[in-house]
Amino acid sequence: MAAPDTRPSAPETAAGDPATAEPLPYRRLYRSPRGRILGGVAHGLAVHLGLPVAWVRIAFILLFFTEGIGALLYAAFWVVVPLGIGEPAPGSADRWVYTRGGFVRAGAGDGGGEISKGASGRAGRLRELVQRSFHGETDRDPAAEPGAVGASGASAAGAGDTKRGGGLGQLFALLALVIGLMALLSALGIQTAKPYVWPLLAVGVGVALVWRQADDSRWQRWFGLEDGSRKSRAYLRIGAGVLLVLVGIVVFFILQGHASPLALVIESIVAVLAGCLVLVGPYALRLWQDLGDERTARIRAQERAEIAAHVHDSVLHTLTLIQRRAEDPKEVLRLARAQERELRLWLYRPEAVAEAAPDTLAERIRSVVAEVEDRHGVPVELVCVGDCPMDEKISAQMQAAREAMVNAAKYGGGGPVQVYAEVEGRTVSVFVRDHGPGFDPDDLPEDRMGVRESIIGRMRRNGGTAKVRPAPDGGTEVELEMERADD
Amino acid sequence: MTESGVETAAEPGRTARVVLVDDHRMFRTGVRAEIGRTETTGIDVVGEADDVESAVQVVAETRPDVVLLDVHLPGGGGVEVLRRSAPLMGESGGVRFLALSVSDAAEDVIGVIRGGARGYVTKTITGTDLVNAIFRIADGDAVFSPRLAGFVLDAFAATDTPPVDEDLDRLTQREREVLRLIARGYAYKEIAKQLFISVKTVESHVSAVLRKLQLSNRHELTRWAAARRLV
Repeated sequence: MAAPDTRPSAPETAAGDPATAEPLPYRRLYRSPRGRILGGVAHGLAVHLGLPVAWVRIAFILLFFTEGIGALLYAAFWVVVPLGIGEPAPGSADRWVYTRGGFVRAGAGDGGGEISKGASGRAGRLRELVQRSFHGETDRDPAAEPGAVGASGASAAGAGDTKRGGGLGQLFALLALVIGLMALLSALGIQTAKPYVWPLLAVGVGVALVWRQADDSRWQRWFGLEDGSRKSRAYLRIGAGVLLVLVGIVVFFILQGHASPLALVIESIVAVLAGCLVLVGPYALRLWQDLGDERTARIRAQERAEIAAHVHDSVLHTLTLIQRRAEDPKEVLRLARAQERELRLWLYRPEAVAEAAPDTLAERIRSVVAEVEDRHGVPVELVCVGDCPMDEKISAQMQAAREAMVNAAKYGGGGPVQVYAEVEGRTVSVFVRDHGPGFDPDDLPEDRMGVRESIIGRMRRNGGTAKVRPAPDGGTEVELEMERADD
Repeated sequence: MTESGVETAAEPGRTARVVLVDDHRMFRTGVRAEIGRTETTGIDVVGEADDVESAVQVVAETRPDVVLLDVHLPGGGGVEVLRRSAPLMGESGGVRFLALSVSDAAEDVIGVIRGGARGYVTKTITGTDLVNAIFRIADGDAVFSPRLAGFVLDAFAATDTPPVDEDLDRLTQREREVLRLIARGYAYKEIAKQLFISVKTVESHVSAVLRKLQLSNRHELTRWAAARRLV
């Protein structure tokens, strides 16, 4: 009896430790794409810190008035923090959800419901108004925030009414907001003290417009919301942003008293830019094309590997069976027909395959076991511990497991094949074991595609691991491990 | 298991007295033919029964070492036999029951284990394995089929809330490991090899699991089975 820690890396070393089985969810800061006004920074921060959004927004606004630090901070967060794909799902614990009249903690469910109602009531209504007038979710300039709350809505709410319509309406709204803000700032006496506030503000607004657009386009690329009208509006927004920045810079220079050499500076900048474009342009274009080509090739290769694996699993196996039972025309016919049906379904109606498939792991693996048992006439004993909903990765794992079972049934000496599936936390492991002569995966010839592509390759492509090893007393064991996809 | 034949199971000179309880005569005959060759397997089949009444009677009369008990029997099933034979299941030297069933449904497995059976194997078991299992049971150890190991793991995994008595209710890391290997289809000998422990240690782990199952985990198992609408 050796000490437990001297044994080789048995597959169970890490498994089953109750302390590590369910690690604490690691919370990362994301900008929130849902319910955002500008970049989603405040919302994301609020979710991350477990605070009401309104508090975070007010903090930013207050900071803005101290030499504009708030705006700088906001911009920094915007640039650094990624847009939240992995943010907590709606309804999960510690998430503050805006409902009419207050922020409510969803999931946690205790008495935190009405916190900050007073603070958020007015701002919430305002926000709603602004968002509705921007078709649910479009852009808004950074100045809107201080304007909205600071001037108790006088200018911003008025602007909100004029903001209906497409891109033009938005520009007008923007202008109205800027004017409102000007009024506010001059009322506060900032104007006289710092004459360059205007151009800086214009630059800020322009930058925010362009960034927001870049953000939105990323968001839309992920979720396929792109369409023509949105595109033209996007160009309009980018154009307006760039124009604002340029105007801001020019005015800034004029106000600083460097107006006279300005023309010269602009001229030289344009010249340098043109030179750069001529020199680097072809390379950049080439690089861009190469990148696209490379990406297409990679996708194609992956697709090809998946198809090869599927054909191997279904068609090739059926052909082998047909060869073996060549003297039994009825059986051959049955096999061929079943295979044809399956292949047709897979090729032409992939969504039907997905629909027909059971939606939990235990059901799916049970049907796979039944199918292998039926087709190969070898008993397959299944033990399934735990259960979880199916996702794409687990689906791939089931295909690999099926292939492992088929191999075990074909080469496992006819004895029972033992399959053990376990869901532990986010990890799904499947063990397929036979009592056959066993084989060494290292001796596998290059052209044997079953183990290499259908099992190991498929698991690797989908982010899992597969191990094939001899069992202690003869036979082979295949271990498939996969993390469940995020839901 | 190795393919060296049924006789490997018996230590020289060692015998076990066995009663077969099953309502299918064909099956009893088959099992008797497979394991009942006393001179090679060391197993002496001293009685047979085909329903609850006769089973209780035969067991009381013959006082065998091990009863091979079918789960589904006319007259109340294996659980009823276990209930009525409870006085005979003493700590040492008493009658021990090994459930042998074609069914590996959870409610059957849980029912007979809670009733006091020391092990559960399915009818797909080979003769060699069955002989081994009988001697293990006779020695006071527990025998788990992969399926049963899976049920136990599932039942313990499904109860995340810390139980009242941690020591009794929780499976240790090692016990879990052993169960997981059983569920993966490893024989006790293979488990011993894999974990670098002796077969005796494997057996004691398995017995410990069974003890925990019977003594303290009834409520958890019941809850687990109820949650799956099994009982």
